[in-house]
Amino acid sequence: MASITLKNIVKKYDDGFPAVNDISIDIEDGEFVILVGPSGCGKSTLLRMIVGLEDITSGELLIDGERVNEKAPRERNLAMVFQNYALYPHLTVFENIAFPMRLAKGKFSEDEVRQKVNRAAEMLELTEHLERKPANLSGGQRQRVAMGRAIVREANAFLFDEPLSNLDAKLRGQMRSEIAQLQRSLNTTSVYVTHDQTEAMTLGDRVAVLKKGELQQIASPRELYEQPANLFVAGFIGAPSMNFLPGTVQRSSTGSTVLSTPLGEIELPEETARAGEGRDIVLAGIRPEFFEDAATLDSARKARGSILRAQLSHTEWLGNEQYAYVPYENDPRVAEALQNLAHEMDADDLRTQLVVSVDATSRVRGGDTAELWVDTRRIHLFDPATGENLTRDAEAGAELTRMAAEDRKRDAERMAGQHN
Amino acid sequence: MSHTAKSRLGWIIVTAVVLIYSLFPVAAIFATSFKTPGDLGNQTFWPTSWTWENYEMIFVGDAQGLFLSALRNSIGITLIATFIAVVLATLCAYAIARLNFPGKRLILGGALAVSIFPVISVVTPLFNLWRTIGLYDTWLGLIIPYLSLTLPISIWTLSAFFRQIPWDLEQAAQVDGATQWQAFRKAIVPLAAPGVFTTAILAFFIAWNDFVYGISLTSTEAARPVPAALAFFTGASQFEEPTGAISAAAIVVTIPVVVLVLLFQRRIVSGLTQGAVKG
Repeated sequence: MASITLKNIVKKYDDGFPAVNDISIDIEDGEFVILVGPSGCGKSTLLRMIVGLEDITSGELLIDGERVNEKAPRERNLAMVFQNYALYPHLTVFENIAFPMRLAKGKFSEDEVRQKVNRAAEMLELTEHLERKPANLSGGQRQRVAMGRAIVREANAFLFDEPLSNLDAKLRGQMRSEIAQLQRSLNTTSVYVTHDQTEAMTLGDRVAVLKKGELQQIASPRELYEQPANLFVAGFIGAPSMNFLPGTVQRSSTGSTVLSTPLGEIELPEETARAGEGRDIVLAGIRPEFFEDAATLDSARKARGSILRAQLSHTEWLGNEQYAYVPYENDPRVAEALQNLAHEMDADDLRTQLVVSVDATSRVRGGDTAELWVDTRRIHLFDPATGENLTRDAEAGAELTRMAAEDRKRDAERMAGQHN
Repeated sequence: MSHTAKSRLGWIIVTAVVLIYSLFPVAAIFATSFKTPGDLGNQTFWPTSWTWENYEMIFVGDAQGLFLSALRNSIGITLIATFIAVVLATLCAYAIARLNFPGKRLILGGALAVSIFPVISVVTPLFNLWRTIGLYDTWLGLIIPYLSLTLPISIWTLSAFFRQIPWDLEQAAQVDGATQWQAFRKAIVPLAAPGVFTTAILAFFIAWNDFVYGISLTSTEAARPVPAALAFFTGASQFEEPTGAISAAAIVVTIPVVVLVLLFQRRIVSGLTQGAVKG
């Protein structure tokens, strides 16, 4: 158990390219922190610097307040789960899990080793497979062996390097919840690298979003979702991605504020409008789920938003939800900014179409002109040039992250209560 | 006829042709080694009467001195040369596969250049050099040139083999609490072992089969290996070729090679690395 502190960590390779640039993160004891970002954002490099497999060019890495920059991996007492599991193929599952204890010569008696391995195996449902070789195990079982090896260490922290990316989708979901429960029950500080935002959102107490070696935002999943710091975080978090609709804030003759977009005018709450007023053009960030088919809404809810009339190109009905697509003509002034964003997010070029989530019972079809309701209170406005979120409510965001921290502490106490 | 049966038959024919092509000379030598001197010229494949005469001759008969000392030299020199080559090549290939250092390509290129250098062009200068510095007709005088034959191919095969080893394992071991040396010994060596054995066998064969160095750089029983010694066998009279004895000796020196392959076959298990990483 330990806290991990990263202070202005920089990693520069020989060619001077900073793979990780000036990152500072405080990871509390028992906290589960996710490093997420598109490929090449430096998340794995950062993890490998924490564990000691990469040198730190500058900055300070503290474990429990003690500087460990110069320490070899084995002196840091961290356990790591690798993407490809890195099991020792010539050893049985038992010996694989016991490996770290065998290295610490004389520290554990044979009985202790057996007891610890058996306990870990039980926890991970590997008891029947202890005498088998890794080659004869399924992907999920190998993953569990790798985790068993981490558990028996009683390490200061667990580090995960995209541990689920080699598993198929179904197994991934299952292992994800197993990792979450395991971390909660052991209450071990964990750092987890992934490019999958579902993993990031479901596992993390806090999520650090990285882009090109720089920290964009670190916050609880809810804060990232509700109060993203910039265009990149807003676009990266959430699936399907947030829509970015170009528009200009205007004051109508009646005195209400509207955003005039290629799809028509959207009424804006006073506060949101004020942030975007006076600017030539802004990007309105509207998540698909902020929309609804107006026909399926009661009037009370309808009154709290704005209505947009648009022609749908097609719809996708998924049973529990339904997506409708609305093509529009993009504003050339933001085309480049959006293209860069798509590139940074590792996505294909963003199609200039709105993705709209409507109720599964809605009967709208492709080709229809539908009345779409927008929850205008949740719209964020972004500066297309800098990507800055103009409407971010930092206080509300901090409150969300504080609540997540409280949740975690409550979980930990509940776990401790169960153990006693 | 179904497609699989057809291709199966094709494979059987191909296999049979290759087997006959490669084993026929061995069988011929084997048959000859059991022939009596009178049988040698009568153009039959199998001996008309089987005899141990030739084997007696090389082990306890006239050729004993020549053959047994040559056998001892061959085994000793080859084993030492193989051992040194494998140890050096392992370290070298490890560095080449694992580290980035200037001159890496130079080493690989140099090794390749050495291995394609014709042996016969080196022999004469070596002969003179060895005479001057006193290495002529010694074990060391053969071990050194044998290293020049075995090292390049060992470095190449081992570095190719080492490149396939998942190095994550070494890092995993280090994170698990191993020193760099422990990580190498406990995680990498067990995986590398099959490759090292394969290389050792290759190196052994090369040194074992050498003739040119063996005949040129030795003059007495002090260091002469078997392939060279065979040329010094003499018949019962000067008009009689010692074909039977030579065949018997050839069979005897083939035995260690066959035994080695059979022994190490179990260790050259492909797919030992399977399961280390994602399957």
